[in-house]
Amino acid sequence: MGYELQVIGVRKVFRPEDGRAPLVALERFDLAIEKGEFVCILGPSGCGKSTLLNIVAGFLVPTEGQVILDGVEVTGSGRDRGVVFQEHALFPWFRVWQNVEFGPKMAGVNPAERARIADRYLDLVGLGAFRAAFPKELSGGMKQRVAIARALANDPKILLMDEPFGSLDAQTRRLMQDELTKIWTATGKTILFVTHSIEESLLLADRVVVMTARPGRIKTVLPAPLTRPRSDVAPDFVALKAELQGLLKDEIEAGGEARPTTGNNPGRQTL
Amino acid sequence: MNPKFWRHALRTASVLVFLLAWQAGSVLNARYQYLNPILFPSPLDMVRAAYDEAVQGILWGDIGASLARVFQGFGIGAVVAIPLGCATGYFRRLEDCVDPIVELFRPIPPLALLPLFIIWLGIGEMSKVLLIAFSTFFPIFLNTTEGVRSIDPIHLRAALSLGANRSQIFTNVIIRSALPSIIVGLRLGFALGFFVLVAAELIAADSGLGYRIQESRNFFLVDRMFVGAAIIGVLGFSFNYALRRLEDLLLRWRTTIVQAQA
Ligand SMILES: Nc1ncnc2c1ncn2[C@@H]1O[C@H](COP(=O)(O)OP(=O)(O)OP(=O)(O)O)[C@@H](O)[C@H]1O
Ligand SMILES: [Mg+2]
Repeated sequence: MGYELQVIGVRKVFRPEDGRAPLVALERFDLAIEKGEFVCILGPSGCGKSTLLNIVAGFLVPTEGQVILDGVEVTGSGRDRGVVFQEHALFPWFRVWQNVEFGPKMAGVNPAERARIADRYLDLVGLGAFRAAFPKELSGGMKQRVAIARALANDPKILLMDEPFGSLDAQTRRLMQDELTKIWTATGKTILFVTHSIEESLLLADRVVVMTARPGRIKTVLPAPLTRPRSDVAPDFVALKAELQGLLKDEIEAGGEARPTTGNNPGRQTL
Repeated sequence: MNPKFWRHALRTASVLVFLLAWQAGSVLNARYQYLNPILFPSPLDMVRAAYDEAVQGILWGDIGASLARVFQGFGIGAVVAIPLGCATGYFRRLEDCVDPIVELFRPIPPLALLPLFIIWLGIGEMSKVLLIAFSTFFPIFLNTTEGVRSIDPIHLRAALSLGANRSQIFTNVIIRSALPSIIVGLRLGFALGFFVLVAAELIAADSGLGYRIQESRNFFLVDRMFVGAAIIGVLGFSFNYALRRLEDLLLRWRTTIVQAQA
């Protein structure tokens, strides 16, 4: 098996405690990612992207199916998968370098080695000068760079990112996308990246996985063989963008945004 | 000069003006006898009375006795309330066991239990120390529980994915994130403990600042009654100030000014 990550027949049903009808968030999801590959999951809001990522991260247990990382079945969260959340996931009570060295510290690495690791990854994300700052003193983009450094400091097999740039302004977001591409090139990490931005997926990914509206299934997997660094005005970019727009439009119309109030008919509800 | 300096200057001036006005009022009153001057001593009279008490040695004894009680009681209350509060905030089951009992006792003003404590434990130190412990327990416990309960789950997930185990999560995430709440609890607990201390000393003690006020009343030493109250005020203020400084020190991560905007 040459795959770094395999998601096999994963299904997730949420059963609310208050007696509302169960909600099928993911349906028969299959995906295999090669080592060093950059894969984006693209889908309408509420289609189950975060659910999928949380299952791979080990925060959620799938109702059916399994996740296999480097040949071993995932049974819980672990340091072999680095997670970058949408925002505010840095520990605000720790300074930047303490955040970055957190993983190695938990693993019992000695302080000198930890400091070396923290410095290396802070330099990689270009924040060496801010090692002693508190997260509160950083801008949104800087915080996310620290979050990436923190996830990388554990030297994980795969980086899981759930709309990490979703709350940044457009310009910072573009900068961060370039930055991430550089980091990915420098480290050769496998990356699974969730977004609902078509441009973002095309600026970053080797392959774009398009999901259906809830219950989330794979609609199409679209390879994006564009040369890097990527430009959002290149003709092949524009062509792929139009194709993805068409695919996504159907799903949004199919009810990706609609949230059933009774839960009797989760999935395809239109008003 | 910066605005901060002027704020401090104004606040200090306000206190000074208040004291001067009081002193001036007392001097006028002493001359024209609007009110019996014995009942309304001036700030300088108080300083004189405090000096006499200090020379006699009773002042330090009173302060020492009162502080010993409040610190022992506060210490016991905190040592019980913080761990119990952490556990209660963390485990749902435990919360359902402990919460109703706490809610049952909480509305009882601690002073209502003073006679009981005296009957059980005698008029000595134990009854006062434990009553203070009892009263400080509630604000500390409730704020600790609240702090632990309101932890952002994303921090727990982040710690888990970075490989932290349960005890590492407790020390690196739960305690840290609940600390602001815990400190608020400590401050409220200390204020309440101080309140209960003085009340208990007024009623049942043979030393301490509260006792001295009561005793001075028996001898009609009104200036000494004022001294007692003023010292209680100064001590309460000082400890609250110290706790706030400690808070600033421990919680720098929350209060730092946003400087870097990229
Ligand atoms: N713990 C939960 N309990 C019940 N329902 C849940 C839970 N978590 C998610 N859901 C539901 O599952 C569906 C998928 O949620 P998910 O967060 O995975 O969507 P998403 O694609 O990440 O959406 P977004 O783009 O808004 O982040 C949603 O309808 C959501 O309401
Ligand atoms: Mg999501």
